[in-house]
Parts: sequence; structure tokens; C-alpha cells
Amino acid sequence: MDVTPLEFEKPIVELERQLAALKESSSGQEIDVSKEIAAIEAKIKKTRKEIYSKLTAWQRVQIARHPARPFMLDYVSHCFDDFIELHGDRHIGDDQAMPAGFARLDSRKCMLVGHQKGRDTKENLKRNFGSANPEGYRKALRLMRLAEKFGMPVVALIDTPGAYPGIGAEERNIAEAIAFNLREMMTLEIPIVAVVIGEGGSGGALGIGVADRVLMLENAYYSVISPEGCAAILWKDRQFAPEAAEAMKLTATDLKRLGVVDEVIPEPEGGAQYDRDAAAANLKDALVRNLNEVSAKPVAKLLEERYQKFRAFGEYEDPVK
Amino acid sequence: MGIFKKPSLKAFGRKKQDMPEGLWHKCPHCGAMNHQLELEEQLRICKECDYHFKLSSQERIDLIVDSGTFQEIHPKLATVDALKFQDYASKVKKYKKLTGLQEAVVTGRAKINGNPVVLGIMDFRFLGASMGSVVGEKITRAIELATQERAGLILFSASGGARMHEGILSLMQMAKTSGALARHAAARLPYISVLTDPTTGGVTASFATLGDIIMAEPRCMIGFAGPRVVKETTHQNLPPGFQTAEFMMEHGLVDLIVSRTEMKDHLSRLLGYMMPSGSAVS
Ligand SMILES: [Zn+2]
Repeated sequence: MDVTPLEFEKPIVELERQLAALKESSSGQEIDVSKEIAAIEAKIKKTRKEIYSKLTAWQRVQIARHPARPFMLDYVSHCFDDFIELHGDRHIGDDQAMPAGFARLDSRKCMLVGHQKGRDTKENLKRNFGSANPEGYRKALRLMRLAEKFGMPVVALIDTPGAYPGIGAEERNIAEAIAFNLREMMTLEIPIVAVVIGEGGSGGALGIGVADRVLMLENAYYSVISPEGCAAILWKDRQFAPEAAEAMKLTATDLKRLGVVDEVIPEPEGGAQYDRDAAAANLKDALVRNLNEVSAKPVAKLLEERYQKFRAFGEYEDPVK
Repeated sequence: MGIFKKPSLKAFGRKKQDMPEGLWHKCPHCGAMNHQLELEEQLRICKECDYHFKLSSQERIDLIVDSGTFQEIHPKLATVDALKFQDYASKVKKYKKLTGLQEAVVTGRAKINGNPVVLGIMDFRFLGASMGSVVGEKITRAIELATQERAGLILFSASGGARMHEGILSLMQMAKTSGALARHAAARLPYISVLTDPTTGGVTASFATLGDIIMAEPRCMIGFAGPRVVKETTHQNLPPGFQTAEFMMEHGLVDLIVSRTEMKDHLSRLLGYMMPSGSAVS
């Protein structure tokens, strides 16, 4: 798949253009340009390293939103051996922004839920740009309860700009759908592993994110509000989204430091969009390892640890202690 | 200024010229001007449209709790600027001074017509009663206390949502409070959630909509996304009354819309049905 480079990748693109031009002009000629080629190649390597080894929060947000980034169903076909998608919340409809169903990770049975974005306009209409309606959250919970019934773990792949702020969503009580999931996921008597694979947009992400392990891909972000929304409130101007992204501490490494994320899953250089197979292999490795660990725990211990994990979040001063 | 033609100020035994300036409050719902003294007299309810103006946490306590029974818990829990977020520390300082409150929620034990409850009341004056670590922690401790003491739980919500200045930690308060409610529910204890103007964002999407009973004050705004965001995202005109208590009741979210004048009575009657037998005073 063709990957359109992001603005900050332009220096690399320019060098690659120079390299291609040099190779082109020297082909079939007598002069030896191998030294020049080697020099540019070295420079490309160095520039890539410089750019990718110190990505800013905003650059990571752009990678997380990259249209060529692997989405939930891409990981399904790369990491899982089987997937039977199951549809509908049994009340209103089927939310295609939130596919879910039985899946096999190697031989392990599990219930997979997640957000799915579209890659083009047509697909995005169907997937609502990965913004789920109440039906999506209610379908996800229905199927998580099904997983509980048959004793299989839940894998949640999070990738949403946020729950859908639509008229119908409000009329069908989107807030309650999310709140209900938060409470019920705390009581599910099966292991849950959640992974933020792209965008972790606020309550819409958390609505399937109460888990025994919360993992995050290296360039994903997870935030209480979008950088643009934060900038609009703080600086009255969405142009300040890069500053807001920095201030929100929304990158995987920031969140690992804050204890909200248990493990950061490495991505190939430049981001998962450049090497889906490698990204998927890393994801699969982390899923298998974490599922093995949490599945070994007795249910009572699992639930107590899940409660305490979320119970501990927050920083405050308690003068009594 | 035509609406000022017949101000009913006689009831207060004062003449109009005695009234200090700036004591008129415009009703955010219907636009009618209500005088301060008049509002105080009628529990801050708009005389024209029944809109319930925002109350301070203390006013709310005075209104629904048996006199002298409120014992605040964890009053000193204090905000920390965990992310070193622009202007946050100074903002908190400012609102502390402005409101005399430590944070945006007051919690404690209380009795309502003799029924022991644990009570939490959000105060919109403090940073829009947004939920950060302290709000989440105080509410969670209140829920856990209610579970431990086998008490009913009543939370009055009003909030602009999760508090941006504490980033992801604010988001996690949604899961934390909801988790504590799962345990309170498992103990078969009643939780009454009362939504007041406005209840939005991460508070609506967590403890506020998890009540066994969800009550709302008339005309209050209840929503997940703000109306401006909904309008801008969907490019549609919003239906009349969108996100009001009445609209949300019509759409199945709210059990009861209850006037302030009857709030205490309703709370104790509902507790009478739901408290474990023997522990409720009906
Ligand atoms: Zn009014």
C-alpha cells in the first residue's frame, strides 16, 4: 500500500528523491557514483533516525491518524486465525463502527471487539470514521457477556476519535451506554486485554477499555479530549493542537509513566503504516503473552486486581495520611 | 426591559428603589429576569418557566438533609497539578478563593427524613464542576463508604465533564467511580442519581447515569457532547428541547423529573422502597 508521507517526513522524502534521481541519471553511464549513492543512503538513514527517534506528541497523533495505518480488521487478518463477526445490539441495530465476534489467536478462543475506521469516503460512511453509536457499545457488552458465558477472554482493540456526538446518539443515551460498559466490564468474570492501536479518543475509547491489561502501540495516543478540542478551549484556536498534544501527556510513553498503560508495543520505524506485518507480529506477541499471564489468575484475584488497578488512578494530596 | 413592568417585589416588603443594582438574574432557559430576593424565596426556581437555577453545595445540603445531620468526609483532599498543565494550579487557587470550597464536590454522611445516606453534591461554581482526581476520589470514597456502612447513596451531579487539566487521569475517574458503583450495586444497596443543570461529558458517561433511579431537575441540560459540538459535527438543526431533562425523560434516560420543592420528600419515599428492610424510615 502506498503511504503518503506526513509533513515532518518531507526531509526523508526529499533525500529519497535525490537518491532516485542520481541512480536514474547514472544508469547505463560509465561514471562511478557509488560513493555518492552510499553518502545519500547514509544521510537517509541518519535523517530517519533523527526524525523517528524523537517524534513529538503531535507527530505521533498524526501517525495514529494516518489513513494508511492498519485498522482493527487488518490486525484481525494478520494476527488471528479465525474471525466470525457477530452483529447487532438486539435492540436498535448493528453498529459497523464497532465490529465484534469470535476469534482465534493461535488456538486460543476469544471474543474480539474493537473500533473500525474506513479507508475511503464510502467505507467511512459505513464505519462512521470509527465513531461508534450507543448500539456499538451495547453490542460489545452483549458479546463480552457471551464470552463470559463460555469462559473465553476478551480482546478489545481501541481506535476511535471518540464516541459519536450525534443527535441520535444523544437520543439513545450514548453516555449511559458508555457508563454501563464501564461498570459491567469491571464485573466480567473473564480476562480482558485492551490495546489502543490508533486513536484512544476519550470516553469512546474507555467504553471498551476497562481491562486487566491495557496495552498501547508505540505511536497510538489516548486522551481525555482531542488535541484540537483542548486547544480550542485553552487557546481559543485549534491551530494550537500541537501544543495541546504536548500538554495532555497522551503518548504511549507518557501514559506508561502515569501508570495508565501496562506495556508499550513497539512499531516498525516510522509507524505501523510502513510495515503491517511487523506491527501485527508485535501486537500478536504482546497479546499472547498478556493473555497467558492474566488467564492464569483465579477469577476472584483477577477481579480484585482489575478493581484496584482502576481504583488507584488519580493524583491528589491527602493531608490525613 | 418590558418584563420589568410588573415586578412582584411587594412580597418582600421592599420598594424597588431599595433594591441594589445587579441583583437580577436572567433565566438561562426562558430569558425572564428574576430578582435575587425572589429567587432565594422560591428555592432559585424561575417564576416564568420552572427552570431550576444552579445551587451551591451548601444550599443543596440545607434543602434536602435533616437539619444538623450532615457530616462531611474527606474535606481536605486537595488537587495536585500532576501534568504541570498551563495555568491549572493558579486556576484551582482562584476557584478555591472564589467559592470557599476545596474542590468541585462535597461528600458526607447525612440523614434524609431519618434515612442514613451517603451524599455527594457537585458544585458547578468550582471549575464547572469538572471531574479530576479529587472529584473522582471523593466520589469513589463516598460510594465505598456507602457500601461498607450499608447505606443508600445519593449523588447530585452537575458538571462540564472530565477535567482537561489532569488529562488521562480525569478520564480514568470515570472507570474508577463506575467500578465502585458495581460493588455498591452487588451489595443490593440503592443509588439515586440526581441530574442538575448542566450534567455533561464524562460525568454523564459514568456515575451520573448509573443510578438505580435517575432523577432530574426540571429543564436541566443533560448530555454527553455539548449541543455546539453536536451541531457542528452533524450539520443538522437540533430538535426542540434537545438535551433537556424533559427530552431525556421522553427518550428513556430519566425516571423522574422532580421539583426542588419536592426533592427531599421524593428521596425519602424512594429510599423507603429500596433500602434493605428494617433500615429505612418511611
Ligand atoms: Zn425561566
